[in-house]
Amino acid sequence: MDFISILSIFVMACFVGYYVVWSVTPALHTPLMAVTNAISSVIIVGALIASVAPIMGATGETSKWLGLVAVGFASVNIFGGFAVTARMLAMYKKKAK
Amino acid sequence: MHEGAPINPWVALAYLAAGICFILALRGLSSPASSRRGNRFGMLGMLLAVGVTLWTHPVANWTVPMNWAEVGGAIAIGGVIGFVTARLISMTAMPQLVAAFHSLVGMAAVLVAAAAFLNPVPFGITDAAGAILQVSRIEMGLGVAIGAITFSGSVIAFLKLNGNMSGKPILLPMRHVINLGTLAAILGLIGYFVTDQSPWVFWTVTGLSFLIGFLLIIPIGGADMPVVVSMLNSYSGWAAAAMGFTLHNSAMIITGALVGSSGAILSYIMCRAMNRSFISVIAGGFGGDSGAASGEAKEQRPWKRGSAEDAAFLMQQAEQVIIVPGYGMAVAQAQHVLREMADKLKEHGVRVKYAIHPVAGRMPGHMNVLLAEANVPYDEVFELEDINSEFAQTDVAFIIGANDVVNPAAKTDKSSPIYGMPVFDVGKAKTVLFIKRSMGGVGYAGVDNDVFYADNTMMLLADAKKMVEEIVKSLD
Repeated sequence: MDFISILSIFVMACFVGYYVVWSVTPALHTPLMAVTNAISSVIIVGALIASVAPIMGATGETSKWLGLVAVGFASVNIFGGFAVTARMLAMYKKKAK
Repeated sequence: MHEGAPINPWVALAYLAAGICFILALRGLSSPASSRRGNRFGMLGMLLAVGVTLWTHPVANWTVPMNWAEVGGAIAIGGVIGFVTARLISMTAMPQLVAAFHSLVGMAAVLVAAAAFLNPVPFGITDAAGAILQVSRIEMGLGVAIGAITFSGSVIAFLKLNGNMSGKPILLPMRHVINLGTLAAILGLIGYFVTDQSPWVFWTVTGLSFLIGFLLIIPIGGADMPVVVSMLNSYSGWAAAAMGFTLHNSAMIITGALVGSSGAILSYIMCRAMNRSFISVIAGGFGGDSGAASGEAKEQRPWKRGSAEDAAFLMQQAEQVIIVPGYGMAVAQAQHVLREMADKLKEHGVRVKYAIHPVAGRMPGHMNVLLAEANVPYDEVFELEDINSEFAQTDVAFIIGANDVVNPAAKTDKSSPIYGMPVFDVGKAKTVLFIKRSMGGVGYAGVDNDVFYADNTMMLLADAKKMVEEIVKSLD
């Protein structure tokens, strides 16, 4: 992908984000933060690439270990973020009629 | 798959699908009913993104069993830590947890950027001569800088929220000059990085960014923490987006943009709820641990004291009671017994509603979660704009653990530090019941509250939890 296509995706996504987030009910702003935390850990994709990349040059080995540590950190966030969001959302109940 | 080979369109489509799942995850949060499905979309999107990466990226390397073991191990260790923490954490500690999670996103971004810098070829960001592409250098520099700021800023926010560090603002002399200078140095070095990809440039940017994250958050006081947590949420998104640019990955770019806008909007909502400008929050210095700066002693004014029995009697007779909870309620762990009280009142035919100020908790929406945990149905809980007009037709306003958010000085007293902040018009209710530990302490902002001395106010001086327990007993 060239830079301009990537930039277009980014700008469009900012607009989508703006409208989607304003539609989130204020009562769910804490779960919103927890789930955005979990999904921003999609950065794990970069960490995975680094972890399994063919080792090239003198610093390749270091790069791999940095990647693995990042995989671990991102995993804490992914599992923790989705689990804590699910736990909170399970608490929101309607009035028993 | 060799670098330089055409990108498999199915892979790109899978990342796009993951991005769409993340949009749907946030979209689901527009109502509690659809929110759980939304969360499952989020998980699906993540599974898709991780699965596609594992499946396709460097296929050749997957024949090495060691890679599987290492990656699997890292995911398992991280996953268990995250999952167990998520199950055990108390809801009052949610702001700390979120701050800790933000710091991990920030650190992961730094590590990925560093890994890409040290071994760029597999990331496909090098030119024919093996140098890192210039545009990638800018993206990488920004990614590592935002990631590092997110990390060190979130660590400080965590320490302040968790009480390991005083909530008092720490004001260094010349801090604005130091901060702006550091920021300018970071941007300058990222610019220089385009012409010279020496390691020292990359690591200096990283180091300075860790420093500025730290410097930016230490002067911000406890009262502004909801803004800080939201702001760091935003940064963690921009960090992910910057790395998405480096890796040409649409899932990361879409997610980063979503999270970045989300945090920015939440910061804006929090600032508006406190009538503070974003700049003044960043500049810092507002709000210590517990409103230590109480104003000079005014003349003693008369006020009425009530008992639990009085409160129970008044509320039983009422048609409608609006409960205004503040963070003090959560500190006293009074939310469960409060819901019992509401249940008892409903048995007596009283209509009970809860009124939530946007800054009632310590992060956006925190009070709603605390009430939900105590089994308060969400359709009894209302936001400021939706319920404020109802106080005039309400018999009893029951204030528990809140103070600044019901202070009329925000509307009338131009010299007040909270002037302009939207507040509940509790004084319009027929009777105001105000639970407070003593007449001494005042809210975060350290201002006296005219509601205490109003004719229709009855002060219930006690620990919030004990007082509500006694009211529940008297309601039998």
